[in-house]
Amino acid sequence: MDLYSENILDHYQHPHNKGEITDRTARVFENNPLCGDTIQMDLKIKNDTIVDIAFIGNGCAISQASMSMLSDEIKGKKLSILKKMKTQKVYDLLQVPISPGRVKCALLGYATLQHALKDFEK
Amino acid sequence: MPLNIQKDFPILKRRVHGKRLVYLDNAATSQKPKIFLDALQKYYTTINANIHRGVHTLSEESTGAYEAVREKTAKFIGAQSAGEIVFTKNTTESINCVAVSWGKKNIKKGDEVIVSALEHHANLVPWQELCRETGAILKIIPLTEDFLLDIEGFQKLLNLNTKLVCVTGMSNVTGSIVPVKQITELSHAVGAKVLVDAAQSIAHSQTNVQNIGCDFLAFSSHKMLGPMGVGVLYIKESLIAEMSPYMYGGDMIETVEQYTSKYKTDYAKFEAGTQNVADVVAFGAALDYLKKIGMSAIEKHDRELLAYAKAKFSKFKQVKLFSPKNIKNCGPVLSFVVEGIHPHDIASVFDSQGVAIRAGFHCAEPLVRRLGVPSTARMSFYLYNTKADVDTAVKALQKTLKIFKIKN
Repeated sequence: MDLYSENILDHYQHPHNKGEITDRTARVFENNPLCGDTIQMDLKIKNDTIVDIAFIGNGCAISQASMSMLSDEIKGKKLSILKKMKTQKVYDLLQVPISPGRVKCALLGYATLQHALKDFEK
Repeated sequence: MPLNIQKDFPILKRRVHGKRLVYLDNAATSQKPKIFLDALQKYYTTINANIHRGVHTLSEESTGAYEAVREKTAKFIGAQSAGEIVFTKNTTESINCVAVSWGKKNIKKGDEVIVSALEHHANLVPWQELCRETGAILKIIPLTEDFLLDIEGFQKLLNLNTKLVCVTGMSNVTGSIVPVKQITELSHAVGAKVLVDAAQSIAHSQTNVQNIGCDFLAFSSHKMLGPMGVGVLYIKESLIAEMSPYMYGGDMIETVEQYTSKYKTDYAKFEAGTQNVADVVAFGAALDYLKKIGMSAIEKHDRELLAYAKAKFSKFKQVKLFSPKNIKNCGPVLSFVVEGIHPHDIASVFDSQGVAIRAGFHCAEPLVRRLGVPSTARMSFYLYNTKADVDTAVKALQKTLKIFKIKN
């Protein structure tokens, strides 16, 4: 089936940027209460730029691979650019068809990032 | 023993992702036989009219058909009379009706309500809320390591403050069968009332409320070949008079004056407003169908299929089953996890093979947490499932392991 591409399985079984940041600027937690998926995201922000990101997550291949891909994508990016990032970016990264039932899985990492950006603004 | 009734269920002919549909999500809802679909069509094309109020022919026929199903439902669960049967919209509404109409009158501060650790949210949350409102104490019956109710643990919770005990007849996650008759006897001994959530058990074995002795029994028609939107609440006749109406409005009244009203005193006080008449009438056809096949034949068939599935799935060393050891303690539900694969992904791969299963908490979050996993995948069987369906599920599992590169 198309959903579980090599790329997605690789990110799921060997996630990038997995772990914690001790000198982090922000930490947020998001979950998907329907299926129990969770993500804890640590960010290190300097000069309005994400200089480091790490996450610990538990969940399906789609939610965790999506977070792993997104973590590569946002490292080194300006906050102003990330705030404008659309959900389509996530689908572009995943490169597989996402059915309505899996949208929440695919966007859990994105929701966590947006949550972190909002918290940091305050 | 196969029942060979697949032809009676039109939906089983459809294909999903180009594959034969293998429907293993019966704990969520059952598929419908043609005889039920025809009855629904027949109602709307021949006797559709509102009940209990018209003097015209259609209204009389419609009322007769609706009330005949109340009679049929009473017989199906061994109630003393049709007057003990209330139609609601689902199991959840049936349980909420007891919480509001009986609970708010009879549960006071310091009283105790007991539920089990197996409960679906429908038989937990209304009692959490009632206890919060009244200041009563909610207690939970623990489980044994074999996923069964700990009866000794239950006896320790019982005391003269216990006013109500609410248990499922069968878990929708582990399939565990609860000895509701024994629970009722123990509860009555301290003067507590008993509610049985029969949403799962009603579809898979013969239910007899007089034999159980329970005070309330709740279930939905859609899990037993009938329509969505019809629930049933059995209330022991002696309790009906002391209960308040559940909702107020049309049809549940005796007389209405401008500022005050008098309400009906029998079951009718719980059925305010226009009822789901067509679906109730068609539910009658589903009951006839179940009766024709026979609940004991269904129980035997379902249990054999469960045993077959357990034997097949337990051969995979990465698979962990959450199911009581003795098959006699178990309804046809099989929850499992696979090491290294999230249940959501299992369900997606199964779906790609035409196999419909459920993944998640199954509306029983506290129970799934007790199992020590973030969620489970769940297969649940019914009378139209076959060993070939289980074999297809086994192939889907092999496919899942292959995609995730997990060696067996």
